[in-house]
Amino acid sequence: MAHVSAPSQRISRRELASRVPHYATLLITGLLFLAPVAYMVAASLAPARDTLAGFAVFDVRQWGLHNYSGVAASLSSDSTGHLWRFFAVSFTVTVAVVGLGLVVNSMAAYALSRLAWRGRGLALFAILLLLIVPFEAVAVPMFYLYNDARNTLWIQIVPFIGNALSIFLFYSFFSGIPHSIDEAARMDGAGPWRIFWRIIVPMSKPAYASVAILTFLTQWGSFLWPVLMISDPNLRPLPLQISVFAGQLPPAWGQVMAFGVLLVLPVIVVFLIFQRWFIEGVASSAVKG
Amino acid sequence: MASPALLLLLLFVAVPFLAAIGFSLYNVRLGDPRAPTFMGFTQYARILTDPDISRQFLQALLHNLVFAAVVVPVQTALALSLALLVKKTIPGVGIFRSLFFLPVVFPIALVAIIWRLILARGDDGLLNSALGFFSGGAFASQDWLGSELTALASVIVLSIWQGCGFQMVILLAALQQVPAELYEAAELDRASAWQRFIHVTVPGIQTTLVFVALYTMILSLRVFDQIYVLAKSGGGLNEGATRTVMYEAVTAAFDENNIGRASAISVVFFVIVVILSIIQRRATREKES
Repeated sequence: MAHVSAPSQRISRRELASRVPHYATLLITGLLFLAPVAYMVAASLAPARDTLAGFAVFDVRQWGLHNYSGVAASLSSDSTGHLWRFFAVSFTVTVAVVGLGLVVNSMAAYALSRLAWRGRGLALFAILLLLIVPFEAVAVPMFYLYNDARNTLWIQIVPFIGNALSIFLFYSFFSGIPHSIDEAARMDGAGPWRIFWRIIVPMSKPAYASVAILTFLTQWGSFLWPVLMISDPNLRPLPLQISVFAGQLPPAWGQVMAFGVLLVLPVIVVFLIFQRWFIEGVASSAVKG
Repeated sequence: MASPALLLLLLFVAVPFLAAIGFSLYNVRLGDPRAPTFMGFTQYARILTDPDISRQFLQALLHNLVFAAVVVPVQTALALSLALLVKKTIPGVGIFRSLFFLPVVFPIALVAIIWRLILARGDDGLLNSALGFFSGGAFASQDWLGSELTALASVIVLSIWQGCGFQMVILLAALQQVPAELYEAAELDRASAWQRFIHVTVPGIQTTLVFVALYTMILSLRVFDQIYVLAKSGGGLNEGATRTVMYEAVTAAFDENNIGRASAISVVFFVIVVILSIIQRRATREKES
């Protein structure tokens, strides 16, 4: 994506005229897309009585941080769960799945693309098959098989480390690295581990970034599995907790929206910092198939 | 080197999947002291043909199909329009690219809750007050999520809002691969903007377009989180008008403790996904060669 804009004096009048409707369309669509986000932020700042009172949430004069202190106070006992713990759970689970996933899946992809071993063809075929199995298809039997592990941290992490799509994305990337490079290293006496860590990994940063971001997005928003497996408020990840919190009677909508802002803020910050990688990561997921 | 990933995939994808097939043939219940009894294909017969049970399942399947039939064309078209809007590198376009992508980083559980408030019934919901305001009071407030007519449409709208940016990014990457010379040549031939779109843009991104459409279709079959949040967390969603196949599987397993039937639903779900995946691969392969 080249960001080259022509110097302004060279833009013709016709070009300028055509830009007015273009910007107008961008602006209107942009505002429509932003509206739900703006509503969430406004409702988190507005007094609770205004959350469901039409445009009243946008009355800036009434804004304050009371919903944020409110949600911290509402979620501060062992029976409701602690606000900081929901973040700690989501953070631990996401970091562990992303981190361990990068190591384990890239190692597998390296073995599949570079090493000669018995069963390699079969393993590759199996990965391609597993690529089609969505998590939803195995959620129910997993719920039964791993029922003894309900309400644990590890059951939120371990099943999602090995990932056929991640392996496939790494495999495609590694296959594009010329064999002559590791051939040369092997001549110098480097073993497969050394070649992997010293040569392949440093050359594959874009693949690592893409896979990390795709895994991060799915994991931070993960909902179905926690619904089935987690009832202990001390082990609830954020998306499950917000649905529990929203279902309380009477609902404190202002606080729910404040919780929503807090839940999505880390992702938005990460997104703004690594924007380019997000875009490339998502675009790369299309090579599947 | 491949063994950790392969072992994890075996334990958490392959084994549960085979277990689903096994469970679907038995009367399996969690915590049942009796040994499960073999039932053959009874579970399948029940969900597909039994007049009492199949109605609900087939209705759920129909909801998925309606969801897909609307979301696939609408979301693909919208994503393509957005991609075309932000393709040209004019000043400020980066902001809009990020803005259209922003909802993608929102966990769908949170999206459901934000939209539940926007679509709230009565005059106080944001959408109802906006429509009332702009129509000068002529518009009567709707119960968007509760009414049988609009419940599924509401879920569709919020799902498109969240998912569209993802497809936009994939299509944008494809648009940028279309050689600029082709556009220049078309311009020399005095082709209109529409003709350029039909004869240059569409053929240039055809493979990606097919990929995106079929990928969206598979995602449409997997819909669960937003329905569950809106139906179970005080969203007032019309459950009967929106329940999906995954919702059926989870309620059968979780609320009714009927692992056997839930597994049969999972297997049927998987068979449909496989059929679509095969079509997807065929379609994208053919276009490439």
